Amino acid sequence: MSDKTPVLEMRGLDKSFGPIDVLHDISLKVHEGEVLCLLGDNGAGKSTLIKTLSGVYQPTRGEMWMDGKPVSFANPREAQNMGIATLHQFGGTYPLMSIGRNFFAGVEPTKGFGPFKAFDRAKANRIAVEEVQKMGITRITDGDRLVGGLSGGERQSLAIARAVYFGARVLILDEPTAALGVKQAAHVLRIVKEAKRRGLAVIFITHQVMHAMAVGDHFAVLIRGAIAADFRKGEKTREEIADLMAGGESMADLEANIEGYMETRDGHPPPPAH
Amino acid sequence: MGRRTVGANGEPRALATETQTETKGHSLGALARRPETGSFIGFVVVFIFFAALGGPVFMGAPGWSSWLNIAAEVGIIALPVGLLMISGEFDFSVGSVVPASSMMTAMLAGHYDLPALVAICGGLCVGTAIGLVNGLLVTRTTIPSLIVTIGVMFAVMGLTLGFAVLIKGSTSVSYVPDPTTKFLLGQFINNMFNVAILWWLGFAALFFYVLHISPIGNWIFAIGGDRESARNAGIPSNRVTIGLFIASGFCAAFVGVVQVMTYQQAQVAGGQAFIFNSIMCVVIGGVLLTGGAGSIIGILLGTMTFAVVNQGVFFAALDPNVGSIIVGALLLAAVLSNDTFRALALSAATKKA
Repeated sequence: MSDKTPVLEMRGLDKSFGPIDVLHDISLKVHEGEVLCLLGDNGAGKSTLIKTLSGVYQPTRGEMWMDGKPVSFANPREAQNMGIATLHQFGGTYPLMSIGRNFFAGVEPTKGFGPFKAFDRAKANRIAVEEVQKMGITRITDGDRLVGGLSGGERQSLAIARAVYFGARVLILDEPTAALGVKQAAHVLRIVKEAKRRGLAVIFITHQVMHAMAVGDHFAVLIRGAIAADFRKGEKTREEIADLMAGGESMADLEANIEGYMETRDGHPPPPAH
Repeated sequence: MGRRTVGANGEPRALATETQTETKGHSLGALARRPETGSFIGFVVVFIFFAALGGPVFMGAPGWSSWLNIAAEVGIIALPVGLLMISGEFDFSVGSVVPASSMMTAMLAGHYDLPALVAICGGLCVGTAIGLVNGLLVTRTTIPSLIVTIGVMFAVMGLTLGFAVLIKGSTSVSYVPDPTTKFLLGQFINNMFNVAILWWLGFAALFFYVLHISPIGNWIFAIGGDRESARNAGIPSNRVTIGLFIASGFCAAFVGVVQVMTYQQAQVAGGQAFIFNSIMCVVIGGVLLTGGAGSIIGILLGTMTFAVVNQGVFFAALDPNVGSIIVGALLLAAVLSNDTFRALALSAATKKA
């Protein structure tokens, strides 16, 4: 797989806001049909990296390549037109709008002629339901239903189905499972796998190691804006990854510290360190 | 946007045609989930209440004309204000646009003796310009529209008063329109029904097309639902917002022009009632205060409900203070019932298949 040209490649990406360096020398690549998991604690620079990839920010230094050609995005729209779809948690869905209207927000199918264009509700509903079902959500059968009545996982799936339908090639998922229960998260992970099976390159951002290990082919751990580890599936255990995310500090040591503290102080946990 | 088929293996296309065959018709349950149901019930209840109290006079032409005349004036403003609210914005400036535009019209035609058409265009331009200023301020700054439009309202109020006193030396200007202008904008049909009622219905049809038929309606709902996502989806949210503010400025100015033609006089004060009345009509009509939901039929029903209460009080020979209490209670009841119906619409979608 690695001999093929990656769909999206970052080469020595730096991003600073004034004197503050947020990203430092990020080099990553993601291929078709591959899931790249970006792991990192809060403040590690994950969101800045996503925003740089989706055209919200421009890198200070370094290059982005798509299909072996250097690219640069002046704004999110350009990134989208190149096939980079970024989905934030619950983003891209409007609870009080119908599934069909949600699916085509911004790119409404119309009928009629001249200036008197009409939103083609039947067509919108039909395609939306069809595409969502293809992603494996068979419970959705009526495009007139309001999205607010769907579960969190179904809403995520709707957003992913939408991105796939509109020709996304790189799917950037920002913490899609963070606020979901176990079942709902499993649901979203299935959709991620389906997207991968269809040949999309997926960048999956999370701080839940279990979720990452369930779908990931390739992992990168971000610490303070730099890549602390870059490895492929099966090269590291869950504990090792968790330790890496905690900034090199071993989780086992941390746990031992807390337990030791609690034993000597009538079961009170230690005050948070600053 | 070109659609690209992703995936190596062909997906079964037949799947879609089968799932679509079970689209349900307009059942009673579906009707109860329509956003207008709450407003419709409210209107019927209020109408029956005042019909019972007001008797045959209220049910006759005098009653109908009195509340329809009120409904038309506030309704023309409530329509764009409702659209703005659906998109998540408020417009308080309408309260000073009405007198500003009527002053401009009366001043141009009555004081400077310019043709009526020029004066009307002048009046409408005032509203359009104020709408544009509102839209630009709201989209270019981070100030909430509530604050922006309150600020603009006071500024326009001051300017109107200042210019009126400066030019005319008085706070009111009179103007007697020519018969054609009067016929089009200020006539009372049968000496009772203001021609503005027809304009109101015309505006309603136009806004119905924009919100419910054209793709722009979808943009308005999306912007109100989640502005960030809407922008990410490629919806020109700033242009839509500015357009809606211009529409509300224009409509408020239109009402100002109609007032000059109807009452043959323009006053610097007297538009303030439109601010809360228009918002009340919109909210009674089921528009969500925080944006993202609402309908034109709802806004029409809300406007009618408001007007019936407003005028019904006189026909029912109630104390006007009681009327205010009813309006207040109605507003709370409307919001509560609209919330209930909205929750119903959402839960109906979650039923297990």
